[in-house]
Amino acid sequence: MFGKIVDWIDDRIPMTRVWNMHIAQYPAPKNFNFWYFFGSLAMLVLVNQILTGIWLTMNYVPSAEGAFASIEYIMRDVEYGWLLRYLHSTGASAFFIVVYLHMFRGMIYGSYQKPRELLWLFGMFIFLALMAEAFMGYLLPWGQMSFWGAQVIISLFGAIPVIGDDLTLWIRGDYVISGATLNRFFALHVIALPLVIVILVFLHIVALHEVGSNNPDGIDNKRKKGTVAEEDKPKFKFHEYYTDKKDIIDAIPFHPYYTVKDIVGVVGFLILFCWVVFFMPAMGGFFLEAPNFEAANPLKTPEHIFPVWYFTPFYAILRAIPDKLMGVAAMGASIVVLALLPWIDRGSVRSVRYRCGFHKWNIAGFVVTFVLLGWVGATPQTDFKTIVSQVCTVTYFMFFVLLFVYSKNEKTKPLPERLTK
Amino acid sequence: MSNAPVDNGRRRFLTIATSVVGGVGAAGAAVPFIASWNPSERAKSAGAPVEVDISKLEPGQLIRVEWRGKPVWVVSRTPKMLEQMKAHEGQLRDPQSQEPQQLESSTNDFRSIRPEIFVAVGICTHLGCSPSFLQGGFGEKVEGTEDGFYCPCHGSKFDMAGRVFQSVPAPLNLEIPPYTFLDETTILVGEEQGVA
Repeated sequence: MFGKIVDWIDDRIPMTRVWNMHIAQYPAPKNFNFWYFFGSLAMLVLVNQILTGIWLTMNYVPSAEGAFASIEYIMRDVEYGWLLRYLHSTGASAFFIVVYLHMFRGMIYGSYQKPRELLWLFGMFIFLALMAEAFMGYLLPWGQMSFWGAQVIISLFGAIPVIGDDLTLWIRGDYVISGATLNRFFALHVIALPLVIVILVFLHIVALHEVGSNNPDGIDNKRKKGTVAEEDKPKFKFHEYYTDKKDIIDAIPFHPYYTVKDIVGVVGFLILFCWVVFFMPAMGGFFLEAPNFEAANPLKTPEHIFPVWYFTPFYAILRAIPDKLMGVAAMGASIVVLALLPWIDRGSVRSVRYRCGFHKWNIAGFVVTFVLLGWVGATPQTDFKTIVSQVCTVTYFMFFVLLFVYSKNEKTKPLPERLTK
Repeated sequence: MSNAPVDNGRRRFLTIATSVVGGVGAAGAAVPFIASWNPSERAKSAGAPVEVDISKLEPGQLIRVEWRGKPVWVVSRTPKMLEQMKAHEGQLRDPQSQEPQQLESSTNDFRSIRPEIFVAVGICTHLGCSPSFLQGGFGEKVEGTEDGFYCPCHGSKFDMAGRVFQSVPAPLNLEIPPYTFLDETTILVGEEQGVA
C-alpha cells in the first residue's frame, strides 16, 4: 500500500530520486570532523528564525507609535511571548556564531578553492543578506539603539559621492528615520529578505552537491572514471548521477551517517542555545543592548552606541579611519575581499594541514585580528583603542595580501593518497 | 511548418526586438516600485517651522527643539565661550565656514545671526548621531578649549560654533538651519524672513 502511494507520487514528481540523490545516496567524504557541524546548524537556526518570526508578527505592531509597546506586550502579556522573542533574538546571534564558524571552516580547509568558487560566492551572498536581515530586524523594537544604530548605518550610504544624500533619503522615505522607515524595514525583514535567504540557501546546496563536499584533507575523493580498483571503492550504493561520472572513494552516504552525526551537533548546540535563552538572553548587553530597553528618542543619542556584536569587527574598521568616505569604503572592502578569497588564494593545496607553516600563522593572525576588531568595535572609543583598530585594520587586509603573495609558490607538504582520519 | 525555410536574420531581429520592448516594459514597471520609497506627500509637508522661546535661556545653557524630526540646538554662548573660539582656529577643518553648511546670514566668525545665540542642527555630519554638549568638560578632548560638542558614536569634535576639528571622521561643520528672530526672545526655526 505504502509502496503504491510512493510509486503514484514518483510518477508525477521525482520524490524518491531527489531523496536518493541528495540524501540517502549522496556520497559525502568519510572524514568530516567537528567543523562540519555548522552548515546544518545554520539551517536549524534559519528554521528557528522563520518559525518564531512568524509567531512574533502575530502580535507585533509595525508603527512608530505602537512598535515599542507591542514588544512589551509580547514580553508581558502574550502567553510564551517572552520565549518566542528570546528564541528569535538569541537565534539572531546564534546565526552569526554558526555562520562565522562555518566560514572559518571554509577558510582553513580551502573549501572556496576551485571548483567551489561559486559555492563560496553564494555563501557570501547569504552572509550579506543575513547582515541586512539582522540590521533591519534590529530597528523593529524601536528602542534607542534600534533608532540610532539605523541612523548610523543608513548614513553610511550618504558617504557615496554625488548620489549619497538622495540615496539615504530614498532608503529612509523621510528626512529622518521615522515610521515610514520602520514599516518598510518590517516588510523587508519579514518577507523580502527571508525569501532571498531561502532561495540562496537552496542554490548554495545545489552548488555544493554538484561539485561535492570538500573535506579536512582538501583532496578530491572523486577520481577519474576507471582509476579506482573495485576493492578500493566503498561498499555503499551511491546515486548513478555521481558514480556514472566519477569513481568515488572514501565516501559514506549522507543518510544515515551524517544525519545521525548532525543530530549530535544539534543536541550539543541546543543545550548551549537554550541555556542562553533561559538564563542570559541579553548576554550581558551583547545580544540585547541596554539602551534598547528605552523607547527611541530622535533628539538624544545614547552616550555610547555600538552595533550588535556580530557587526563590530566591520564597524571597528569604519571607526579606525578618520575620514567619512574612506572609512565606509574600507568597511565595504573588508567584506568584498572575503568574497574574492577564491581568486586571492593562488595555491592548489586546499587544507591547512598540508600548507606551509606561514599559512597557519597567517590564519591564526587573522582570527586574532577579527576578535580584536570585534572587541574594539563593541567598547567605547579611547586613543589606545583607536590605534588598536588602525593596526588591526592593516593586519586584516594584510592577511589577504600575504596570502596572495605566498600562495603562488608555496612550499606545501605532500598530499595523502587517500582521506585520513 | 517543419519544412518551412528558416530565416535566421528575421528570427534574430524578432528576438532582439522582443527583448528590447520587454526590457523597456520591465523598466517602466519598476518605476512605481522604486518611486514609492521616496518621502510621501505627508512626510514632505511635515517640515513646518517651529517657534522657540528663548526668554528663559540661561547663559551657557542649551535647549533642544524638534524641527523636521531633527534635534535643533539653541545655545546661549557666554562671552568666555566666544573668546576661546578664536584660539583654536588653526585646528579646524573649515574655520571660515566656506562650505555651504549655513545661509548668508550665518556666514561669519560665530556662525550665527547674533553672536551670543547659537542655533544649529544637532546632527553630526559624519553618520548622523547627535553630539553631546560638553560644557566645561571639553578640555580632555581638545586641550585649551573648555566647551564644545563631542559625538559619542565616532569621536567627532565640534567647537561652540559647530565648526569641526581636524583628524575626526566628520567632514563638515554642523548645519545651521534657516532661522530668524521674530522679536527679542523668540526664534523661528525653519524660515528666513526678509533681512535677518
